[in-house]
Amino acid sequence: MSQELLPLVFAALMGIAILAYVVLDGYDLGVGMLMPGAERSEQDLMVASIGPFWDANETWLVLGIGLLLVAFPAAHGVILGALYLPVAAMLVGLMLRGVAFELRIKAEGWQRELWNWLFWAGSTLASFAQGLMLGRYITGFEPGFGYWLFAVVVGASLCGGYVLLGATWLILRTEGALQQKAIAWARWGLMWAALGVALVSLVTPLVSETVRHKWFDFPQVLYLMLLPAATLAAGGWSWVSLGKSDWKPFAGAVAIYVLAFGGLAYSLFPYVVMDRMTIWEAAAHPSALKFMLVGTALVLPFIVAYTFYSYRVFRGKVAAGGGPYG
Amino acid sequence: MEEALLLARVQFGLNIGFHILFPSITIGLAWVLVYFRIRYEVTRDAAWLETYKLWVKVFALSFAMGVVTGVTMSFQFGTNWPGYMNKVGNIAGPLLAYEVLTAFFLEATFLGVMLFGMNRVPGWMHVTSAVIVAFGTTVSAFWILALNSWMQTPAGHTIENGALIAGSWWEVIFNPSFPYRMIHMLLASGITAAFLVAGLSAWRLLKAPDDAGAGRTLRFGACLAAVLVPIQILVGDLHGLNTLEHQPAKIAAMEAIWHTEKGAPLVLFALPNQEKRQNDFAITLPKGASLILTHDPEGELKGLDAFKDHPPVAPLFFAFRVMVGMGVLMLLLSWAGSLVLRKSTPRWLLWAFAGFTFSGWIAVLAGWLVTEIGRQPWLVTGILRTADAVGEASGAQLGASLTAYIVTYATLLLAYMVTLTYMARK
Repeated sequence: MSQELLPLVFAALMGIAILAYVVLDGYDLGVGMLMPGAERSEQDLMVASIGPFWDANETWLVLGIGLLLVAFPAAHGVILGALYLPVAAMLVGLMLRGVAFELRIKAEGWQRELWNWLFWAGSTLASFAQGLMLGRYITGFEPGFGYWLFAVVVGASLCGGYVLLGATWLILRTEGALQQKAIAWARWGLMWAALGVALVSLVTPLVSETVRHKWFDFPQVLYLMLLPAATLAAGGWSWVSLGKSDWKPFAGAVAIYVLAFGGLAYSLFPYVVMDRMTIWEAAAHPSALKFMLVGTALVLPFIVAYTFYSYRVFRGKVAAGGGPYG
Repeated sequence: MEEALLLARVQFGLNIGFHILFPSITIGLAWVLVYFRIRYEVTRDAAWLETYKLWVKVFALSFAMGVVTGVTMSFQFGTNWPGYMNKVGNIAGPLLAYEVLTAFFLEATFLGVMLFGMNRVPGWMHVTSAVIVAFGTTVSAFWILALNSWMQTPAGHTIENGALIAGSWWEVIFNPSFPYRMIHMLLASGITAAFLVAGLSAWRLLKAPDDAGAGRTLRFGACLAAVLVPIQILVGDLHGLNTLEHQPAKIAAMEAIWHTEKGAPLVLFALPNQEKRQNDFAITLPKGASLILTHDPEGELKGLDAFKDHPPVAPLFFAFRVMVGMGVLMLLLSWAGSLVLRKSTPRWLLWAFAGFTFSGWIAVLAGWLVTEIGRQPWLVTGILRTADAVGEASGAQLGASLTAYIVTYATLLLAYMVTLTYMARK
């Protein structure tokens, strides 16, 4: 494979891993953020709906970061160095929620309440921090109050986006009163996420000249506008399906993410650090990339296959009772 | 700069030290669970199922702790040591990525099936899931120890434009110290898990002396340790000889040998004095070190004076003695336990095992301190100095995040230990 093509392949792989992470861990972080809105018995169902998956979901983050590290080591240092504190905040959030997951089952009394609270707080902190990282990343880590404010808005928007994923996931996996609640949550999530996506789409071209040219130069602006139109359609489809279908709202939410991610990828390409470093400039040595590509090509199909197997085993509605590890 | 380097090291060391506690339980415990699960599948004895279900909870909690601290580590490579990735990223990166691809997804996905799928998949598939999880934990250890060993004893690389690339991946992975470190760590994990099983069972028996299941797992843990500890001592000796060959300065610091000599004495206890380059208050065994390390009482050992760079002496000297001391105590307790428990379960023995519940952690941490501090001042022996790899994070950033990590880790560790002992006594 030519040396020009290898970084491109890895950029695509990294994109897929990060998209998979955002969608998959997104729904379980969203469920975590929705916990305070539910009754005690419902909370147990909500946690049970994500129990078999959260761990593998989080692994996509490690893969995404791993690929960044392996394939684009120069960018890895710049990005993680610039995002030092939000990354630390996200990690603390992920740690708290991951462990609270286990401990809330085992603890009793006030300790149980504490871990429930930490599960919510950790999920929220991690989601917000991820949005903050995204906001900083899109603007190329520019200093200044305005850029930070933008990042905070993206942080809040991503929380809304994850709430949408979590709520529609619950519509898919639960029934009865909890499902009805989830429908209401999904409406809020959709509005919140729509506001966020609209805001980010409008502000990004304003703050970044590169993005402005990529999107609004004639004539590509004509067909590029299909993307926001499709995003709007996916959101609308998700909205009208609420209460009518179990799976369509979730599928619509996932579609929003895929489309928004596509738009983002288009905005950035060929940069891996906005306006500063292209994927070719940041790429690792071909010997490392080739060694990696062999492994990825061999192993990724298996990962996808057994991930499907796992979702098949745990398909259907979560049942009450049975307890943990039934 | 000095301050930032120190903080970066403390932070990374804290995180990696906290992380290793949990894999050192789960790698061994995963195979123990496979054993429990197969015993149930074969005998259909409900007591084995109960044993499995109890220990799978311990496993799930330990695994979650390992995952979340591991995710943290994957970020800290970049945030704390950007120079590391710049210099050796072409070698370290693929090894880490292979760990994610071949182990992390496998473990995480089938752990879901193992924990929640017992009533959803056939018995054989559930057993298979347990085996896959155990296999995954071992594969994960394989890759990370390959990388760590390569940093200790680099091989198979060439240099191009100032950065390293792999010449032969086979030589990179199977570098000189890898086989020893890998076996040493797998055995350490088996022993840590064995003492955890025995220790928590002993806690249980102190509260409920008639719990037959706990009696059985106590005996199981004691016997497993009694088999593994002596093997570990043998493997540890071989590992030491390998280190003498490839990293003699580390051995000299571990044994506090300041000057090259023939028939070097074994220093049993001393206060190594880095300034005067001598041992204060030394208690020695004549010719002991030469005998152990060269298997010849008159063998020559290189002292610290023979090396331009060498690691700090006191931490290595003491950590090594803590590890060996723990090993000896574990040997005595596991053998005594295996013998006595065949006939009776005296309370003093229960207290002893209960006290040794987390003994594996002490030995594992001491061992890792020896091997990691023993590599200093190098991050990658002879190739990259730790001081040259540190990032640009300011002392304030490091200090703030370090405080957050310390508070989080302390809370998690306390919660973890309290929960386990609470589960054992419930």
